[in-house]
Parts: sequence; structure tokens; C-alpha cells
Amino acid sequence: MKGIAGTLESNDCLITVETSDKLEIIINSPVAYLYEDEIKKTILEVLKNEKQEKLKIVMEDKGALDYTIRARLIVAIRRMK
Amino acid sequence: MRRSLLFVPGDNPGMLQSAGVYNADAIIIDLEDSISLSNKDSARILVEEFLKDYKLNKEIIVRVNSFDSPYYKEDLETLVSDNIDTILLPKANLENTVKLDAILSKLESKKNLTKTIKIIPLIEQVSSLLEVEDIALLNRVDGILLGAEDLTTDMGVERTKKGYEIFYPRAKVALACINAGIEAIDTPFTDTRDFIGLEEDCHMAKGLGFKAKSAIHPNHIDIINKVYSPSKEEIVYAIQVLKMAKTSKGAFSINNKMIDKPVIERAKKTIENAKAFGLI
Amino acid sequence: MKNSLGRKVPNGYPLFEASNAFEKKKRVLISEVKTKNKDKLVNSYAEVFEKLEIKDGMTLSFHHHLRNGDQVLNACMEEVKRRDLKNLTIAASAIFPNNEILVELIKNKNVTNIYTNYLNGPVAEAISHGELEGMLIMQTHGGRARAIEAGELKIDVAFIATPAATKSGGGSGVDGKNPCGVLGYPIPDMLYAKKKVVVTDSLVDKLTITDIKHEYIDYVLKVDSIGDSKGIVSGTTQVTFDPIGLKIAKDATHLLYELGVIKDGFSMQTGAGGTSLAVASFVREKMIKEKIKGKMASGGITSYFVSMLEEGLIEEIRDVQCFDLEAIRSYKENEKHYLMSASKYANPYDNPVVNDLSFMILGATEIDLDFNVNVTTSSNGVIMGGSGGHSDAAYGAEIALVVAKTMNARIPIIKKAVTTITTPGSDIDCLVTERGIAINPKRKDLLEKLKNSKLKIVSIEELMEETYKFTREPKPLELKSKVVGLVEYRDGTIIDSLYQV
Repeated sequence: MKGIAGTLESNDCLITVETSDKLEIIINSPVAYLYEDEIKKTILEVLKNEKQEKLKIVMEDKGALDYTIRARLIVAIRRMK
Repeated sequence: MRRSLLFVPGDNPGMLQSAGVYNADAIIIDLEDSISLSNKDSARILVEEFLKDYKLNKEIIVRVNSFDSPYYKEDLETLVSDNIDTILLPKANLENTVKLDAILSKLESKKNLTKTIKIIPLIEQVSSLLEVEDIALLNRVDGILLGAEDLTTDMGVERTKKGYEIFYPRAKVALACINAGIEAIDTPFTDTRDFIGLEEDCHMAKGLGFKAKSAIHPNHIDIINKVYSPSKEEIVYAIQVLKMAKTSKGAFSINNKMIDKPVIERAKKTIENAKAFGLI
Repeated sequence: MKNSLGRKVPNGYPLFEASNAFEKKKRVLISEVKTKNKDKLVNSYAEVFEKLEIKDGMTLSFHHHLRNGDQVLNACMEEVKRRDLKNLTIAASAIFPNNEILVELIKNKNVTNIYTNYLNGPVAEAISHGELEGMLIMQTHGGRARAIEAGELKIDVAFIATPAATKSGGGSGVDGKNPCGVLGYPIPDMLYAKKKVVVTDSLVDKLTITDIKHEYIDYVLKVDSIGDSKGIVSGTTQVTFDPIGLKIAKDATHLLYELGVIKDGFSMQTGAGGTSLAVASFVREKMIKEKIKGKMASGGITSYFVSMLEEGLIEEIRDVQCFDLEAIRSYKENEKHYLMSASKYANPYDNPVVNDLSFMILGATEIDLDFNVNVTTSSNGVIMGGSGGHSDAAYGAEIALVVAKTMNARIPIIKKAVTTITTPGSDIDCLVTERGIAINPKRKDLLEKLKNSKLKIVSIEELMEETYKFTREPKPLELKSKVVGLVEYRDGTIIDSLYQV
């Protein structure tokens, strides 16, 4: 099962989630050197709220703020089919 | 009180997060025409998360999808909250505006809202234009937006920059709003780089009784605000009128012009507007 | 050792003290160097290198009027490579992405030291990654002129790319097939370098205007092409259409008007960036509306200042570099459009034009709570620019106004401390962003004037907090300890160090 949400435009991010046997988070971000920890924290918070534990998450970031990361991840999870 | 209302596509983070910096009096976050069918869900969630984090200190209006689409229920379920002020209802008519009022009442009590959500019906069909006087009087309705692009398509006429084809629709919407004591809001000007045309368009609608205009580009906001705010001269004159009215008994004149009750009432309104827009 | 701004400087270099510290010292001037050579024409770089006996360890200088279309620096470096000369110092007023050939020469230790005022592209990245054996010195436009006239920066050979030249070595930037306009930056090189070579692709009998004087020139090198005109000037430079940029420009103009600096007789400088140009265009509208006549516009010149000159809104243009074809035309035709040398523009000891500015519009990649500005490195520490005239104009102008967006794809512009200090905060007066305006608290006079302003005036701390609500606070940047370069303030002291990333 796989779900995708978001775009590769500036201030956005493209998030792909897939079912997996473990939790795996891959973040490709131009601002990782400043915000990787913040981004990871935001992703984990959404996973908790959405009650997801085993997923492979790939985020292609273009400088998305927290709310955008949350929204894209929520939608990607809900789109998993 | 609105002069300018800025449309922002609901699925564009860059535009959402900068929407608050312009001088628009209200932000219309759009879930309808600017969002493709495959992204209705992602726009809705993006707007929900955005509004959780940021208060823009402006009226927040959400344009939900129309009642003939499969999306409007979820739009309303998700986004009606204390974080928004108003719903802009596309393809509005008497029937669906009444229905929206009922839905909002239910949602407000279900979600324990502390405020009453207002409705701005978007008049963009001939049939609803013909019942606009009644729509304007409905519960919650506190402004009417004219949607000239769809309306002229429905009329089967060409939409031009001069806008003669919407002269009657504008006049009709303006009068309906004046009668109901609410704001008539004009259709956006679609040429984003023609500022002279924009200003002329603003004056045309203002002359018919419009109080505000929507915009599809932030660069339009300052001109709209300028046209729809009382001018310096109007404010000075109004102050003079009110001062004389206080001291004079009965009718008086300024520059050989008789000042009577309607003029005094208009002066009061000018000062009220000037205060609301932070001009005095 | 640490300088007065608390920045670490390697031992042996002079420490930055204050932006007005230059006043305590006297101007140092070496003698101008004229030539006795009469037979100047040469036909290849090889011949010039032979005749001038260019050898290991020398300092070669270049200017950047051909910008990203320059082929003169590149061709010289090809010759250096062929001869495998070592340990050269390159003193180029700026280095652009098309000068990529330097990367290879840096790695092979042909080039081991670089002086420049602006550095961007692959060469900047290579140096940030620690490839340069010696030191990168980032100067200012005025500082470079000062260092050359004082004999601190000793140039063995100056290669002066010149769009049109006579056989005797007179040169012009407005004639020829690759015109670039005014030649303001190479003037100090022309006066003080030991040897000078004019490099041209158009030999002419007569020049419309003579910027480069023949008596200083040792050789005239005729080549097929000095550059690609597409990279040299843009057809037209344009005001931004970006609504945030426009809002900032509009607010900046209101602010300047409220501060009373847009008044009869005022002088100004703006960059050629979209937001700066928008300020110029709003200032023009204001001048027309309020019937205000200005005195002068200076700096890098665009069509916006040209039309203001032609409309009679300003009396004169002081031009160090043309940015578009209109500026070139105007310099050619209009006697009120003057060349200014890099020294006259910005050298602290040359009573420079920057001192006459009523206001200067500046950019920033980062600005901190002390108003220090970084335009040298990006927020990851990699070099991507440099002062150019930033710190010169900031010092000289009555109002130094920075226009900047509060954030750029999550990267906040306001930091507790900037990665690199290019221009000291003591010289920055106002920061205009889309979310508010901050005035340097040192300028109590400005705050007093703005007491009743309707503009959104806030403290820089508040602006930072407001921005962090969106971006959140960034993690501090970790840089390696190896110093790859130094940021030299206009008086020759070191204001900050550049570290390997």
C-alpha cells in the first residue's frame, strides 16, 4: 500500500508513505542542517495521532513549514491503498 | 467591514503563509475552482492545519465546494471552527443558502463554537441573480459576492474588460445588499498587470453601490483599498459637516451647498469607515 | 584573537575596531605608474606573458565589468595552465560562475591566493570546501581601491578587459562589439599596477569616451572575443512582480518619505535586484507626485535612474558600472552621466560619493539582532557573494536601509548572530520586511521621527520571534575550524573569518 501527497514547489514537500515491517523515515531537505530534528519530531507526532507505527516515509522537502509537513503526511497516509 | 478580499488557493503553502502580510481586509481561502479534483482532500487538510497554527488578524473566509459536488460536506465538517469567520458559498441560490444556514447551526452546536459563522453567497448564475433580493435578506448572510466570470458564461455573453455586460447584474446585487444593509462585494479584476483598468473597474462598481472588491492577486489590494476607502478630502469634509451640524440649529450650508439630514448621515458613515480602516 | 564584534581573526591580521576607525589614520598613496612603452600591440596571451615575464608567485588583477560573460580572466588562466605557473595571486574585483576554470587551477596550486569583492558559483564552493592553499581575502569595492593605492595589494600585471581600444592603449566600455558601459572598477589597477594590459576584441581609431588612459597602458592585446555579451548586460532590468517584494519596496519608500530623506536635493543608491529597483520606481512616483527634485543617483546604474535623469527628476548620475543597455546609451549620450572610479565611489580616504548618499537600499542574506549583515555566505556557511559596495555605502549613506523577506523556504533571515559579518550593524539603520520594519535602536533620531507613523514599526527581536513562529528557531550551524578566507573591512582590518564547510 502506498500513498503520495504534496508537491515539489518551494515551501511545500512531497511525501510518499508505504506499508513496511518497520518504521523508516527518509528526509531529503535543503534545510536539514538547520531543521532535521524539528522535521523528524513533526513526522513522529503525526504518526502518533494517526496511529501508525510501521511505515516507510520518504520526504522530499522544499522548505515546508510544520503545518505543511503535517498536512502532507496525514493526506499521504489517508491515501494509502 | 471590508474593502478588499484576497483569494488564496488552499493547496499552496507559499501563498497561504504569506496571505497575512498584505493589506487585504479579508482572506478567501479557496477549496473550489483553484483546486483540482484530485487534490480536494489535500487542500482541505492543508487549510485545516494552517489555521490551527496561525491567526491572521483578518476575516478568514473559506470558499467550500459547491452543493452539487461530493466535497462540500467534508469541507464544512473539517473546516467549520472558531478559526474561521465566514463561508463563501459558490453557485449560491435561495435554496442552498438556507440549507447552509441549517448545516452551520448544527455544526456550531456540535463543535461548541463560540462564534456565529457568517455566509457570503457567491452569485454566479442567472437564476440566482434573479432571486438575489431574497438571498440578501437570509439569516447569516452578511455580504454578497458577484461572480462575473461564471455569470456571463451562464448569460451566454462575452466577458469584457469594460464590463458593460455586468452593468445590470452589478446594479441588482448592489441594490439588494443596500436594501438588506449588507456589503455588496465585486467580482475580481482578472488582468493581474493592468492597474489602470483595475482602478476604473473599482470606480465603476463603487458608483453602483459596491462596498468592496475581491482580488485574485495581492498586487491589486492597495488600489482596491484606495478606491473603497474614504479619501482625505471626503474625511475633512465629513468632519466639517459634523462639526457644523453640532453647533447649527436647522439647515446650514457649506460652500453654498445646503447641508441636510442625508448629507449629515453620509458624513457619519464616512467617519465610521475612516475609523474602521485606521485612516483617522 | 577577537575583534570588537567578537569575531575570531587569525593571529597577525589587523582587527576590526569600528567603521569610523579609518579616520584615525592618514591616507597612504603610492606613485602612479605610467608607461614608456610605445609599441604596444600584441596578438596573443602567450606573447603578453612572454613580454611581461609573468612568473610564479605574481599577482594578476582583473575587473568584473563583463560579469558572467567574461572570457578574459578565463583565457589568462588557460595560459597560466599551459605554462603551469605556480603560487599566483588573483586579484579580481569579482568572480562569477563562468570563471569555473579557476577551480582546477586552485586544486593544482597554480592559484594559491585570491583577493575579490564578490565571489559566487563553483569557485566559491571549492574555496568553502578548503581547496585554496593560501587565503581568500574578501574586500569591499572601496577597500580594494584603498588597498591598491596604498600599496597593500601589489599588482604585478593588470589585465583590463576593454570593449574597444586604440593601438596606443586608450580604452572605452561603450564602443566595440561587446559593450559593458562605464569602466569604474579597473581604474585603481590602471593607475597603480606595475604593468597594465588592455585586452580588447575591437581595435578602433577613435573612442566615444575614454575611460582607460593610454599613458598608463603597457600593452594592447587584440583577441577574437573578450566575452559573451549575453552574460555582460541584460537588455532591460526589471522591477519585481513578486507581491512580497513589492510590498517591501512600497513600505521602504513610505518609510524614507516619513523620515524626510526624499526631499529636494537628495541623493540615492539602489542595487539592481528586483526589490531595490521597485524602490527606485516607487521613489520616482513619489517625486513626481510631490514635485521633488533630487540631486544624484549613484552606483550600478539601470534604466530606472536613466529615465529619472532624462525626466529631470535628478541632476546627475555617478556610475561605477552599467547594468543594462539603457545605462550604456545614457553614459554615451548624456554629459550629466558621469563615470566614477571604484575609489571615488567608495574609498574611505577619497571623499567618496557614498558619503553624499541620503539613502542606500541594501540586501541581506542574514541580519542579526545587532543589525550586522551577512551578504558573503549563505546560511549553510558556503560563500555565495560578498560585500561589493555593501559596507562602503552602509557607512556613507545617511540612511542605510536593508530590504529583505523574513524567510525564504523556511530559512529565516533574522538570526541571533549572522554566520558571517560583512557589514557591521552600527552602519545599518533600518530593516524593512514584509512583516514589519525594525529601526536600529542606536538611531533614536529616526525612532523619534516615526513616533506617530502608521507603518508597522517593531523591534528586530519581535520580528525574529514572529518569523520563528513560522520557521521555528534554527539549530546553530556547525562549521569546521579551518579558516579558508577573511572578510576585510574597507579600512583593511578583518571583520570576520570564513570557515571550511
